[in-house]
Amino acid sequence: MAWTREQMAARAAQELRDGFYVNLGIGIPTLVSNYIPDGISVQLQSENGMLGFGPFPYEGEEDPDLINAGKQTVTEIPTTSYFSSADSFAMIRGGHIDLSILGAMQVAENGDLANWTIPGKMVKGMGGAMDLVAGVKKVVVVMEHIAKTEPKLLRRCTLPLTGARVVDMVITDLGVFTIDKRGRSGMTLIEVAADVTLDEIRSKTQASYKIAQNLAQAAPVIPTAAAE
Amino acid sequence: MKKVYPDASAALAGLLRDGMMIMAGGFGLCGIPETLIKAIRDSGVRDLTIISNNAGIDGIGLGMLLDSKQIKKMISSYVGENKTFAQQYLAGELEIEFNPQGTLAERIRAGGAGIPAFFTRTGAGTLIGEGKEEREFDGQGYIMERGLVADLSIVHAWMGDSEGNLVYRKTARNFNPMMATAGKVTVAEVEHLVTPGDLNPDHIVTPGIFVQRIVHVAAAVKHIEQRTTRKRTEAPAGTGEEI
Repeated sequence: MAWTREQMAARAAQELRDGFYVNLGIGIPTLVSNYIPDGISVQLQSENGMLGFGPFPYEGEEDPDLINAGKQTVTEIPTTSYFSSADSFAMIRGGHIDLSILGAMQVAENGDLANWTIPGKMVKGMGGAMDLVAGVKKVVVVMEHIAKTEPKLLRRCTLPLTGARVVDMVITDLGVFTIDKRGRSGMTLIEVAADVTLDEIRSKTQASYKIAQNLAQAAPVIPTAAAE
Repeated sequence: MKKVYPDASAALAGLLRDGMMIMAGGFGLCGIPETLIKAIRDSGVRDLTIISNNAGIDGIGLGMLLDSKQIKKMISSYVGENKTFAQQYLAGELEIEFNPQGTLAERIRAGGAGIPAFFTRTGAGTLIGEGKEEREFDGQGYIMERGLVADLSIVHAWMGDSEGNLVYRKTARNFNPMMATAGKVTVAEVEHLVTPGDLNPDHIVTPGIFVQRIVHVAAAVKHIEQRTTRKRTEAPAGTGEEI
């Protein structure tokens, strides 16, 4: 069985370490906050100018002055701080954020990432994505393995790049790959979702990759309290 | 010198002209100077270049100036929430210059600080870097970005005193403090106008030197773009739809 969106988010949450400052993108990455492992404390950064944010407010307690980067109403927690967009991107571009988890349209075997525009269609803008992938210490992409029938893990991206050689890890519904973005080791398959075969992954992947010697095959444990 | 004006139109009097460049604070609809935007719409000034992270939504915020076709060009990082914007862009009536959000913030900060250009890794090796000067520092590729200064900056603050000292509230701060520094003239709208001495000097984010005019907007209506809540019985949960 391929992983569900929740299982992909839970797998991404295993990349969190105690004390991390983390920026989560929109979509599946947002779900990662539901699966923070016990005993691990992380601070979530929102690029519109907030570090340390809590869950959605109770009905009737929404504050128009208190939103996340997805423009959703959120809440304060005791560690919260507020700051300007310039300070926010000093955190991001200055390498102070430990981990960025975001979605993608294409990832190449050298770590190139495309997730902001499709030429010829309406362009919405890149928001903070180019800054995040250029500045954050570790970049993890969470995405479906293919788009309908088109592979998304490619030798080279065909869409305009968000960043060149920026991705460290890709988590799809079929498995987990690491990318040696600075070196020459390329892409490596390190983990396969339960009951997914290596043949299936090969048939749905255009990028070339190695298979890790200690390849793991398991579904991540989903904390029952957080399961939907 | 008196900085306090009786209303938004008076605060903008003599500052507006066709073809000018205006910076407008806010992120989404949070912390936008909406009363000043309305006054700009009512003035009828045209062919504006607007620097703002987003372009409002239909009929709200900068969306008002799009509806009235007063904007010629936007410099923004994300405009995905505005249908009028899409229509005018596809019809060739509107120009857009996309800047990565951090590059936009830093260009404004730099402009306000007298820094004409800087190098950043953001956008290196992408379309954003094309045509820009490239340099290598410590083995990494960087591109040069220019500082931004506008003819006029309009900002929204929570509290301000008659000297122009400003305090912001929660995430409504966003681009407002940098834009206050980067306008040749800066006009601030404040929800609470107080007398000097009422604000704790340690808490002032924008010192009054950056603000030339100030207007009190007592009944500012604030909008919520994505109202997300949880039920009182529910465990904390995040959602979010893919864009």
